[in-house]
Amino acid sequence: MKKESILFLFLGVFWGLMGVVYWFWSRDVTGAVMLAGSVFLGLIPGLYLYYWYRRSGYHLRAEDRPDASIEEGAGVIDAFPDNSIWPMIFAIGCMFGVLALVFGTWLAIPAIAFGLSAMIGFTAESRRGGTT
Amino acid sequence: MTDVIDRPVNLDSDDQGPVNPDHGHDHGHDHHGPSGLVKWMTSTDHKVIGISYTVTSLTMMIIGGAFAEIIRAQLVSPTSTLVSFAQYNELFTMHGSVMIYLFVGPFAFAGLANYLVPLQIGAPDMAFPRLNLLSYWLYLCGSLVMLSGFLTSGGAANFGWVGYAPLSNVTASPGSGADLWIVALMLTGFSAIFSGVNLVATIFYLRAPGMTLFRMPIFTWNMLITGILILLAFPILTGGLVMLYCDRHFGTHIFTVSGGGVPLLWQHIFWFWGHPEVYILALPMFGMVTEVFAVFSKKPIFGYRGMVFATISIGALSLGVWAHHMFTTGAVLLPFFSAMSLLIAVPTGIKMFNWIGTMWGGKVTYSTSMLMAMGFLFTFLVGGITGIYLASPPIDFFTHDTYFVVAHFHSVVMALVLGAMSAIFLWFPKMSGIMLNERLGKFQFWFLFIGTQVFTFPMYLVGLKGMPRRMAVYPNNPSWQSLNQWASVGALLIGISMVFFIVNALYSFKKRVPAGDNPWDAQTLEWYTSSPPPAHNFVSLPPIHSERPTWDYNHPDHLSLGHGNKEKAKAGS
Repeated sequence: MKKESILFLFLGVFWGLMGVVYWFWSRDVTGAVMLAGSVFLGLIPGLYLYYWYRRSGYHLRAEDRPDASIEEGAGVIDAFPDNSIWPMIFAIGCMFGVLALVFGTWLAIPAIAFGLSAMIGFTAESRRGGTT
Repeated sequence: MTDVIDRPVNLDSDDQGPVNPDHGHDHGHDHHGPSGLVKWMTSTDHKVIGISYTVTSLTMMIIGGAFAEIIRAQLVSPTSTLVSFAQYNELFTMHGSVMIYLFVGPFAFAGLANYLVPLQIGAPDMAFPRLNLLSYWLYLCGSLVMLSGFLTSGGAANFGWVGYAPLSNVTASPGSGADLWIVALMLTGFSAIFSGVNLVATIFYLRAPGMTLFRMPIFTWNMLITGILILLAFPILTGGLVMLYCDRHFGTHIFTVSGGGVPLLWQHIFWFWGHPEVYILALPMFGMVTEVFAVFSKKPIFGYRGMVFATISIGALSLGVWAHHMFTTGAVLLPFFSAMSLLIAVPTGIKMFNWIGTMWGGKVTYSTSMLMAMGFLFTFLVGGITGIYLASPPIDFFTHDTYFVVAHFHSVVMALVLGAMSAIFLWFPKMSGIMLNERLGKFQFWFLFIGTQVFTFPMYLVGLKGMPRRMAVYPNNPSWQSLNQWASVGALLIGISMVFFIVNALYSFKKRVPAGDNPWDAQTLEWYTSSPPPAHNFVSLPPIHSERPTWDYNHPDHLSLGHGNKEKAKAGS
């Protein structure tokens, strides 16, 4: 996690420096604000990753060590979901949602119907399957 | 239901190689999943989603390309009446929008990336498979919403793909076509953000043991930086679109002067997304051709670390160049943006140098894929050099909004198309298990490559003569006609090249020449597994001691040196 966190922190700091130069040179609020936001995009994930790296006792995972063998990673990787119809239903709900912005609020009815059923479906699917 | 996936570990020392997908593992339940339409709608497998993205985005390329052919047909004569002015405005707007938002982007960061990134790092899937599927469906729904603008009474959006205020306000662009454009981009914007999240999380958390960051293939590295840029840029565009929508319908005055707003703010927001977006489109193709050069030169990538740091530098600098699109507004800090834009040529130049270095002294095979990548190199060089001209404000003042700029970015994006085709020819055997026809592919290459140059060079010249972009007719300047006709011939050649591509795909699926696991003797991990890979990708994994694990496995007498492997190679020899 160390190098991952350094990558994000570097980007955040770089954009911060660039933003400071930009602000004092141009006094342009728009660009300076957007660059300031970008600094957070670099620092928040960077610090989060570093926090977990530190919490693990500066532990290097098998994928961080050049000398690791495949066997060291034996065991469960993760639980991956099977086929699911709900992402499509949710996306269709979103589509009706934005169409409601264009053609009239009545389209919000199918949007809510699709969206809600997809949310319920997502939740129930996870419960039934059970993640370990 | 969920599947709990174990790491594929070879417990028997003499492993059977990568081929046998049922070897010792319980993948049976995956093999009886749905097929056809239901598979397309419901599969959370990154390979299925990657192929869906690729096919959908290539379809969008054909739609956007058809718009381009109509535009070029209109410009053949100075007073052509093939389409009306209003239709012409819709056509160039939708050509740009379809190509940028619906073709190049999704093809680059979601199509091939979805398919390849987990395979290249030895992962069973993307980190969030259902989010991945949602991302695809948001993209498809967004595409349909945008294109449905043509069905409305007022026609599709007609303010250019950049949607500049005040042209995009409700007075200048009434009608639902413009609104459909705005809300479609909200959908595709979220789709892109989800893809970005997935890419970064997958690369950080699902790598195989030994696959350190500095052993990842360059394509995966480029996708990591692309993912970060997506997370940065796309929320800003979506935010801007919400503001634009509010201006149009809720009476806010964010971009309208009358209520105290600032139209220029839109340009700032748009290009703060738009310039990183250029790299979001380009970095994946850079990664693809890097792999192609290495595979067909039978060499490791020249300057691997230089390549990685160049990518990171491009990502870092890409945030400081947005206003070079706004030099002529007279309201931006010229020296800052000019300097930053020139600076970004340095890492790009390093990449150019490294690509040539990879080929240098290699055993080069002139396959279709390699030819496409070399075509990319030349065309991107032309686009890049003219980009350096345009980074200089005096030249930009002279050429802004002329065909010179149009030619510049078409050189760049046509280079990306060549890069994309090169990638398709390289990875199609992995995705389908069959080979594409090389002879048809070479026809496609020559038509595409020559067509691109015949198409762009006259546009540079006619731009320097002063022809403005987005003009349906030019009756007062008949001298521009011959150059425009040449550009149209080029566009026609490009169109013919795409016919070769479609014929090639159909022919190859009929002929079915089996590819085998590793038809190119390639180097990275995706070539270790079968073609197409089994559910959850790997039945076994080779030891990963360098950035070329498959090469090391297949050529134990020619181990890769460097990146933590020097001592091992010495000890082994």
